[in-house]
Amino acid sequence: MDAIKVSGVSKSFGDVEALKKVVLSIPQGGIYALLGPNGAGKTTLIKIMTTLLKPDSGSVKVGGLDVVSQAVQVRKIIGFAGQFAAIDDHLTGRENLEMVGRLYHLGRRKARLRADEILRQLDLAGAADRTGRTYSGGMRRRLDLGASFITSPSILFLDEPTTGLDPRGRADLWDVIRELVVGGTTLLLTTQNLEEAEELAKQIAIIDRGRLIAEGTASELKERIGGSILEFRVQSGEQLERARDATRDLFSGNQAIDPQLGRISGSVASSTDALAQLVRRLDASGINIADIHLRRPTLNEVFLALTGRESE
Amino acid sequence: MLDWNSLVNGITDVLMLTSRNLKRYVRIPQLLVFSSIQPVMFLLLFNYVFGGAIRVSTGSHSYIEFLLPGILMQVAMFGSTATSVGLADDLSKGMVDRFRSLPIARSAVLAGRTTADLLRNFFVVVLMVVVGMVLGFRFQGGFFHALAALALVLLFAYSFSWISATIGLHVRDPETVQIASFIWIFPLVFASGAFVPVATMPSWLQDFAANQPVTVTVDALRSLMISGQTYHVGRALLWMAGILVVFIFLAVRAYKRIS
Repeated sequence: MDAIKVSGVSKSFGDVEALKKVVLSIPQGGIYALLGPNGAGKTTLIKIMTTLLKPDSGSVKVGGLDVVSQAVQVRKIIGFAGQFAAIDDHLTGRENLEMVGRLYHLGRRKARLRADEILRQLDLAGAADRTGRTYSGGMRRRLDLGASFITSPSILFLDEPTTGLDPRGRADLWDVIRELVVGGTTLLLTTQNLEEAEELAKQIAIIDRGRLIAEGTASELKERIGGSILEFRVQSGEQLERARDATRDLFSGNQAIDPQLGRISGSVASSTDALAQLVRRLDASGINIADIHLRRPTLNEVFLALTGRESE
Repeated sequence: MLDWNSLVNGITDVLMLTSRNLKRYVRIPQLLVFSSIQPVMFLLLFNYVFGGAIRVSTGSHSYIEFLLPGILMQVAMFGSTATSVGLADDLSKGMVDRFRSLPIARSAVLAGRTTADLLRNFFVVVLMVVVGMVLGFRFQGGFFHALAALALVLLFAYSFSWISATIGLHVRDPETVQIASFIWIFPLVFASGAFVPVATMPSWLQDFAANQPVTVTVDALRSLMISGQTYHVGRALLWMAGILVVFIFLAVRAYKRIS
């Protein structure tokens, strides 16, 4: 049985179609990422899965339960951390966790026990008795995440868990998230960041303008636009056209040209070969290179390849 | 079907959420101090500034006797705005989304919020009565009528909390909600018999002023507190029952429809 099964879900807000007949199956266990730009419909989809919103049409089953007709049972088996770190500023870290535990009806002692366990696990034990308002952004995120798994739910939903964190805070949170699924939990997260999806998720679904446009592992998705991006700049603008013609066949798709920066970029299948070839060709043509590098495709480029337009 | 277990869980949920909302006052004592000073200030200002100018035509009573029931109503109304501000705050910070994802009743968050506000109002109302007595107010209707008066003003505050909750759930932005609240609260408080006799108002206003819930309730309070009678109490209870039925329904419906 799939952990989550989305069948033809549509949802509109007034004239805005947030989701258009989305179909998605998420297997049990491991991390699954919903990747897409702002406004793609990720949050709407996760809110439907967590019973916060009702779909206009179609159905969603979470753990085999229907999110509309069995909403109450669904809420008992899931955990959810929304886009904002939902912690009470005037309660201490421990009280925040205990409150959520009690609202899951864990009982006083069990809630207390779990709160302490989670505080240790999240490296917040030292701040357990400080109120939420004294927490840093990263600490708030971790505490919020902690609240979502206080019952050790079998299915966990995280909506953009690392938005607004610095690289260090993000890496810390990634470690926590990876640990969470060791015991067999299914974790669905949304992100705007390709690197995050790649770091964490086995499977990634790309969502854009309310539609699911691609699904697969990170490498499968990147293969669609071919390995890496090779990017170089020429020293003088007059050489740009010659450089483009000389290197055209090295790229697997179209070259993107930025005349202002004198820059040419495009995806290459075999990155090191292409790099060596490029240098030789430009050298032979007497074109001076100002800057050259290989990099991973960005979300924008995966997007460009999949949708034919830039992501917003 | 309501079984024993889910009843106990439901009560626990409301208690947990009530205590969560009350902890704010323990953690920021200034909040309680200043929100208590404000009504005391009003009582002092009204009593000493307007007291001399407003001649109360109802017999030989002093202005403080006329004023205190009115001030209690004002405290209850102003206090009810805390319900909408608190809810709007929870909405804007994602707390409501968290609560809605938990296996608790849809009404638990609203019940927890309004119960916390009721307890806070209880504290402020008692404080106001004490200050009023220092200024010369005396309950002349006896102990039980005094208790009934306090219960009535708290019930009034509680029913207005539900109006406030409905507004908070629709407006959603804490600052906007505060401004929006005064638009409906000021006319109700001042175009009433809370501070001046309705008979002194222009006749087109009297029809509204004499029958709106603040006047009806403040008249009931005066009857209980000063003369130990129960005039207007039935009408006041009718108003509150109506407000509770309508606005609990509207607030819970708005809460369910949050997107």
